[in-house]
Amino acid sequence: MSESVDRAVNAMKEQIDAPIASYFSSCVHCGICADACLFYTETGDPQYTPIHKLDLMKRVWEREYTVSGRVRKWLGLNKSITEDDLSKWETLVYDSCTMCGRCSLYCPVGNDIVYMVRKMREAMVASGHAPEGLQHASKRSVEVGSPMGITTKTLEAQIKHAEKEAGMEVPLDKEGVDYLMLLSSAEIAQFHEIIPAVTRIFHEAGVSWTLSSETFEGTNSGIQIGSSDIARELVQRIVDGAQKLKVKYVISPECGHAYTALRWEGPNLIGKPYPFEVVHIIELLDQLRAEGRLKTEGKDDTRQTFHDPCQMVRRGGVMEQPRNLMNMVATDFVEMTDHSLMGWCCGGGGGVSANERAEPLRRKVFSKKRKQLEEIGVDRIVTACSNCRNMLEEGLEDNNMDEIEVVGLSEWLAEYLVTSSPKAAGDDS
Amino acid sequence: MTSLELLTWARGPGLQAALVIFIIGMLIRVLEILLLGRKTDLSAARAGKMGPGLRTILSRSLPVGGNWKQHLSGYLWHIGFIVVLLFYAPHIQLFKEGFNIAWPALPTSLIDIITIVTMAALVFSLFLRFTDPVRRMLSTAGDYFAWLVTFIPVATGYMAFHNVGPDYTAVLALHIMSVNLLLVVFPFTKLSHAVTFLFSRWYNGANAGRKGVRV
Repeated sequence: MSESVDRAVNAMKEQIDAPIASYFSSCVHCGICADACLFYTETGDPQYTPIHKLDLMKRVWEREYTVSGRVRKWLGLNKSITEDDLSKWETLVYDSCTMCGRCSLYCPVGNDIVYMVRKMREAMVASGHAPEGLQHASKRSVEVGSPMGITTKTLEAQIKHAEKEAGMEVPLDKEGVDYLMLLSSAEIAQFHEIIPAVTRIFHEAGVSWTLSSETFEGTNSGIQIGSSDIARELVQRIVDGAQKLKVKYVISPECGHAYTALRWEGPNLIGKPYPFEVVHIIELLDQLRAEGRLKTEGKDDTRQTFHDPCQMVRRGGVMEQPRNLMNMVATDFVEMTDHSLMGWCCGGGGGVSANERAEPLRRKVFSKKRKQLEEIGVDRIVTACSNCRNMLEEGLEDNNMDEIEVVGLSEWLAEYLVTSSPKAAGDDS
Repeated sequence: MTSLELLTWARGPGLQAALVIFIIGMLIRVLEILLLGRKTDLSAARAGKMGPGLRTILSRSLPVGGNWKQHLSGYLWHIGFIVVLLFYAPHIQLFKEGFNIAWPALPTSLIDIITIVTMAALVFSLFLRFTDPVRRMLSTAGDYFAWLVTFIPVATGYMAFHNVGPDYTAVLALHIMSVNLLLVVFPFTKLSHAVTFLFSRWYNGANAGRKGVRV
């Protein structure tokens, strides 16, 4: 056994816990999970069957943690894992899985397949089998503070723009406020309309908040590549930043995996509960709506739909909130056939969009979203994840459907915001 | 050994030994899972996990997506197998002898039909394994073995009931021996899912539930 195989096997052994043992014990190889996965439905290639992506981990579980497997090991009957296996499964667990978690809802015996994929990636990292694109993104995250290499300088420039647009100050590094707002790199680089949008909304709703010049990045490449060490370091930076500013809440941005990273994995990574609460921006906006603090006027008659970011909805539990908000501003809001819990991934989640090798496959499986959109015939897609947004824009362009507009929910709401204060002069709705 | 001696052994000491292996084996299987343990989740729960966990144990019995023929054959043979096991008069007699509990039986004509449906559905499941690209790729020797040890008791039971074969006693002995085999291998093959599915569904549902995902 080579050293890297050794490292992979040891990492898998470390990752296998009671839930995983119950999942492998229960799997009857029915293959129903294949129909849940867009990589299978859009290619018809059986190798993309979700549970197959965990075959190596299953072998390790069987050999190490079952009586029958140990007997077979003792008799020398086990098929051992090779370097070639690791290379093959590297593409299966990174290029053809967006960790969207749809399969975890299909499995008749209840296997949480994507829970295992997340852990399988730890073994891939341990054995040096992570895709280059993700390695680079992780390196930039650790060294520069952002997977896209965004620096404080860029943020400050965007804040200046935002202040001009919103006609008011964007709070930066304010100590003792209630909320610390995080952003995703893609928001700072491309979708910066989010900054004036939340500035105006929070101003009207009377939310005391701030951005931080040190702690602004909400994304977490460590979660995508599957390295708890990197993920922990990135979460710790947010915890430190929040504690420094003495905030009560940290707002997770319009980014799917950032939410999973911060809200659900974070405390487990750093080994203790947070001294603050984490809320998703959409969750907060809906709360403000319910409290009567977020008021909009006018509605848009365009036929539009909401694309569910997997990590926010299926894996994160923020499902009704975006719909409540959509209904505030849209008269013709239609759902795709499979939506909410059963929504289909944009194809670029779970680090797939940062993995250049996966690009042709990712673009191919966008056919699922294309068919969904053709079915309902909308002119606008609203979503709440900057990565989904990028993937949707790219996919629509590939399919000559770029007449469909893609927008982020927060900024879309800001268009209809009731502005009471004379300071908020940037209202252009 | 005559076929009568084999039958006497199979339904006496043979069955007892098989049951002991089955029970100890399943205990080991469950312990293999539970002893691995899991880390306490330190993230702040949005909702309780008890309701969604228990609900998922039930709700995953309903099909979600996939191939309807596969779902149908799966239901048919699972239900058929259990009904014949529990409601065929001679089986109830055996439970009475062994555990002193009994309940009303279904008419044998109905049991006969259910047995045929069960076998047909099992054969169709095997057909899917051979022909469907996904099922064929996933299938291992263990899957075919599990199919065989499930099918033989049903088939030999049917043969015994209809007195197929030259020697009724021998066929009946074979039937009970095949049940003994099923019991012995049960905990050490994927057949153990019949118990462990409670855990897998629970973990999945409870995990999603605490995040507020409405499963």
